[in-house]
This record gives sequence, structure tokens and C-alpha cells, in this order.
Amino acid sequence: MGKAYLSMDKLSVGYNKRVLIKDICIDIHKGEIVTLIGPNGAGKSTILKSITRQLQIIRGKVVLDVNDLHNTTFKELSTKMAVVLTDRMKPELLTCHDIVATGRYPYTGRLGILTREDEDKVDEALAAVNARELGTRDFNAISDGQKQRILLARAICQEPEIIILDEPTSFLDIRYKLELLSILRNMAKKKGITVVMSLHEIDLAEKISDKIICVNGDRISHFGTPDEIFREDTIRKLYNIDNGFFDPVFGSIELQKPAGKPKTFVVSSGGSGIKTYRKLQKNNVPFAAGILYKNDIDIQLARLLASEVITEEPFVEISKDTFEKALDVMLSCDRVIDAGVVIGDCNKRIGELLHIAREKGMIVDE
Amino acid sequence: MGNTEIKIKETGSPVESFHHENFRRRSRYTLVFIFLVAGFFAITIININSGNVEIPISRIVHILFTGQGDEQEVNIIWRIRLPRILMAAILGGALSISGFLLQTFFENPIAGPYVLGISSGAKMVVAFVMIVSLQYMQSVSSYTMILAAFVGSLISMGFILLVARRIKNMAALLVAGIMIGYICSAATDFIITFASDSDIANLHGWSQGSFSGMSWSNVGIGTVVIGVTMGLTLILSKPIGAYQLGEAYAQSIGVNIKFFRVMLILLSSLLSACVTAFAGPISFVGIAVPFLVKGSLGTSKPLVVIPATFLGGGVFCMFCDIVARLAFAPLELNISTVTSIFGAPIVIYMMIRKKGVR
Repeated sequence: MGKAYLSMDKLSVGYNKRVLIKDICIDIHKGEIVTLIGPNGAGKSTILKSITRQLQIIRGKVVLDVNDLHNTTFKELSTKMAVVLTDRMKPELLTCHDIVATGRYPYTGRLGILTREDEDKVDEALAAVNARELGTRDFNAISDGQKQRILLARAICQEPEIIILDEPTSFLDIRYKLELLSILRNMAKKKGITVVMSLHEIDLAEKISDKIICVNGDRISHFGTPDEIFREDTIRKLYNIDNGFFDPVFGSIELQKPAGKPKTFVVSSGGSGIKTYRKLQKNNVPFAAGILYKNDIDIQLARLLASEVITEEPFVEISKDTFEKALDVMLSCDRVIDAGVVIGDCNKRIGELLHIAREKGMIVDE
Repeated sequence: MGNTEIKIKETGSPVESFHHENFRRRSRYTLVFIFLVAGFFAITIININSGNVEIPISRIVHILFTGQGDEQEVNIIWRIRLPRILMAAILGGALSISGFLLQTFFENPIAGPYVLGISSGAKMVVAFVMIVSLQYMQSVSSYTMILAAFVGSLISMGFILLVARRIKNMAALLVAGIMIGYICSAATDFIITFASDSDIANLHGWSQGSFSGMSWSNVGIGTVVIGVTMGLTLILSKPIGAYQLGEAYAQSIGVNIKFFRVMLILLSSLLSACVTAFAGPISFVGIAVPFLVKGSLGTSKPLVVIPATFLGGGVFCMFCDIVARLAFAPLELNISTVTSIFGAPIVIYMMIRKKGVR
């Protein structure tokens, strides 16, 4: 992997000399996108603020490239590291162009007058976040999503080697979230800029990050690639979820399944069941699902939401055992929902199942 | 990088509009400066022209440029009116800049040396030093006065900073400042009670604020002290601009926050101390002028705002001084009375407008 660009060595961070998180040992490489996730108040911001030197480091050290952060002046640091913070900025009478131009601060002369080259860099940064049309607007008059883009442009304009972002996607709608993250990914992959940020949206964190840091109150509970981190139990423990599930396949969070013995049996295939499952769950109706092949789309959600799932190995004819098991469960229910299934050679036993249900008058419309 | 460069070329028109925008802005700045300079000269002429002894403009210009003419008129212009006008201009400018720096420091447009009790602190120490020294000496030098006022300013500032540490609420901080102002004024009155009769008249007039009785030596000393302070302030305009984004951002682009904050306090205290030493406490100029200037420039960029605010403060105080002299001539008003009449409504307007925005 080569040498780390940012490395935290036995780092302890906190406020007013009180240690909040201790013994952080993490190496981040150049061009990596590293995301801190964890519950509210777990200390994500505290770690980020310690890296940006807003907070005094309590013990241990942070090394940026080859320099110990502690011995770096703010001036030196400003040409290497840019930040996007959660602090609300409320400047008066400054245009977005002015705000972005403050990113040139480390490079301008005594009086801070922008050269032609600086102006071009500002234009480039605005273009990089697709915000050229905002240049002449008053910063206070634009929306939160636009502000966030301008603040990112400001950071880009600083030409840093590393950008630290504290919850950059808060207040943004889905479109801006995606846009912001894709800009970050471009920067990291094309220009080799290292990105360290905290995110609330774990689904996005999984998709954009090279490495994930799980911050859990007093310690770093996990550090690794998204594959290693995004497992059902890791996420559930990290966020202390006891009334829902994390779905590692889609990276999404599901509410708790309805409790109790299944009263409804859902027959579906190829995604036709998903709408029905959700509807039943919203109405708090416990249900069973089947017979599903183990490679069916429906099975992911069925496993999380259904009280019981009857499954069959992919691409084989449904066995007699499985059929009888399904029949048992179905007959113990009050009703059967046919969410839509195409009957072919392999799954003709599902057809039989539905036939029995119809005979007994158990089939209902959703 | 290649990608973005191409993008700029594709969408050529916004680039044009930026530069057009720059041009528009610079024209606006120029207009404001022209207006202020014109105001400065117009008010200077009007000021010299008017008073108990009327002198026609042609003779004023003649006397100003040649220094010759009717001896009495030369005296009035050179010895009395001109130093007073210049002092009003310099001190008004200094006061406005002091206000601007405090507003930057506290991130609040309603901060100023008068409302935060800094002028009153200066007044208290100056009154004390004056009375003590006059017991032993004939007069007090301007430098001693400035030093005393500076010490007083820093005492008040110290209290404000202590309060600001514990109270983050800006309104509460202003109330604390006003209270400190009252305490210092009470202490000043207390000191004056023990002054000998001959000092009182002098001291009383001064403690109400006035530009009268300025000499050329005052002007010289004021120019030197304020000139140096202003020079330093202009050099600070870059970090001030960064600080407008908030402390954390300023630090992230390389501002040494601790040093910068100390500089802001020292410079703003020194400027307002200088004003108080020469002319007594003067109210509202420090808030009203920066607000008006920023509004008319349409920006808060320090490099433009600082010189414009200095000029604007000068013009504002010269104007108020004329009103103080002439409104009820031969009686003269306190300068603070006049600055309050014009300044306070502006401050009230600012507060109402701010409420509306939030």
C-alpha cells in the first residue's frame, strides 16, 4: 500500500483535556475516500476537528505527509488541507464568488488581492461544482444545497492535498447529495486528493468510500473496507439498532418486522412481493412468504420482514418436502395473497399451492 | 484539471459576466469614494465659511492657499476652524474604524466602542489622570491623555471579554457593555466631584464630547497615532476578510487566530482611546458609519471598506460638528448629542431590518 498520507498514531481526542475517544491508530493513503460513520454524538466531529487543529490533540499524534501536525503552522497547513465545516457561515454582503475566492488566501499577497491566475482558479472551482451561475449571487440569498456546493468550491479553490468535510450532505436533497459525492469521487480519483468526511447516510457511505471508520462513543469500533464493515450485526451494534434491521445487500435500513404468528401467506416471485411485504409491514401484519428461490429478488426483503420464509435452491424443481412445508404454513394462515408469479416447469408446485388456496377460498386481493 | 478547463471554454458567457461584474463593482466603489471626497471638501468649505464671523468663500480659498489676508480672519481660519475640522475628520474616521474592528471581532454589526462601554472606560481613566496631574502640573500632555485613555479602554475591553467568555448571547453582551459604560460614567462623576472648581468646567465639557479647542499640535499627534494604527489596520485587512467567514474557516486558511484577535483588540482600543483622549466619548458613530458605508459599497470586503469607512466617519463627524456649532449658535451642542440624533435612528433601523431578515 505504500506510505500513509495521513496517519493517526495512538491519538486521543476530546474537549477541554477530557478524553472522548482514545488510542486511534489509523492510516489513510493518498487519494482515498475515508468516511466516519457512527451514531449522533459518537465523536465523529471531535475526530475531524482534531485533524483540522480546531481542537487540541490530547495524546498521541497526527502526521500529515511527513509533518507532525503539532509542529505545522496554520499557514503551512492551509496549503495542504481544506475544510468544509458544519458551522453556519453568515457573512454580510459577500457574493458566492467572494466566498470561493477566500480559498486563495494562502496564495495571495499581503493585501489579499487576487491575480488573474487566482481569478481563473476561482472560476474553475465554481465550474467543478457546477455553480458558475451562482458566482454573482449574494451568499446569504442562496439555498442550503447551493451553499454547500459553494463551500466545497471554496475548499477546492484552496488546492489542497486533503479535504476534510464534516457532514457535507446534511440539509441536501437526494440530487445534491449524489452530485456532491460524485464531485468528491472525481477529485479523489482524478486528482489524488484525499477525502476524509463524516456521513450520516450509511448507504451513501458504503457506496462512495474506500475505507470506513466506525466511531462508537469512546473508541473506533471498526476500520476497514466497506465490504468488511457493512454487515448486519456490525451496523446494528454500531448504531445500537433494536427496532429495525440493516440490509447489507442494498445498504438500507428496514424497520422491525411485525411480531407474532403469520396470519397471511404471500406468494410472489421476481420482485412482485416487495410492494406487498412493505404494505403488510406498515399495517403491522405478520406474514409468511414462499415458495421463493434463493436467488429471487424478493428473498432479501422477505428474510428481513417475513416471520417465515419457505425457500428452494435455485434452478431446481420444487421438492415435495418444500411443497409440504409451504402447504403446512399456508394452511395455518387465514388468507393468501397472490402477488404475482409466473408458473413454469420447475415451479409448478407453486401452481398447486395456489390451486389449493383458491379451492379453500383463501385467496384475497391485496 | 483538464476537464474543468474545457468546461469554462464551453460556457464562455459566465466568465464574461464575472468580469463585467468586477467592472460594475469597481465603478460602484469609485463612485462612493468620489462622493465621500467631494463631501469632505464641501463640508470643509461650509464649515470654515460659517460661524460667528462669516468669511466669503473666495477669501477662504485665498487664505487657505496663500495664508495671507485679514489678520483676524487668518487667525480664525488657521488657528480655530481648520484644526477643529481636521480633527473632527481624523477622529471621526478613527472612531468608525474602531467600530468596524469591534464588529468584526464580535461578529455583530451592533458592536461599537460606545455601546460596549470602551469609550466610558477611557473617559474614566482620563478624568482620573487629568485631575491627579493637574494637582501637580500645569497641563497634561496629549500623549499622557492617549495613554490614559488606552489603559481605560483596555480595562473595559477586559471586562467585556470576560463576560463574552461566559455569555455567548450577543444581546446580553451588549447589555453588559452598556452596564460597564454606566459604571465607568458613575466612577467618572465621582472623581469629578473631588476635582477643584477650575478643573470642573473643563472636564465637564470634555466628558460630554466636543471637537472645540483643538490645536495644531493636537492634530499632529492625532495624525501620527491614528495614521500608524490605520496603517496596521489596513495590513490586517486580509485576515479580517478571512475572519468574516468565522473563526474556524479563518484558521483553516492560515490565519493565526490568537495573534489576530489580540491585534483587533489593541487596534480598536487604541483608535477609540485616541478619540476619547482628544474629544471625549462620542456615541453611535462607530456603528452607524460602517453600516452605511458597507451598504453603499455593496460589499464587506475589508480592503475597500476600511478606507471608505475612515473617510465616511470623517465626513459624518465633520457634518455633525457643523450642526453642533451652528444649530443653536452662539450656544454649542455636545458632539454626542448630534451624533446620537443622526446615528441612533440608523442603529434602530439596522436592528429592525435584522429581525426581519431572520
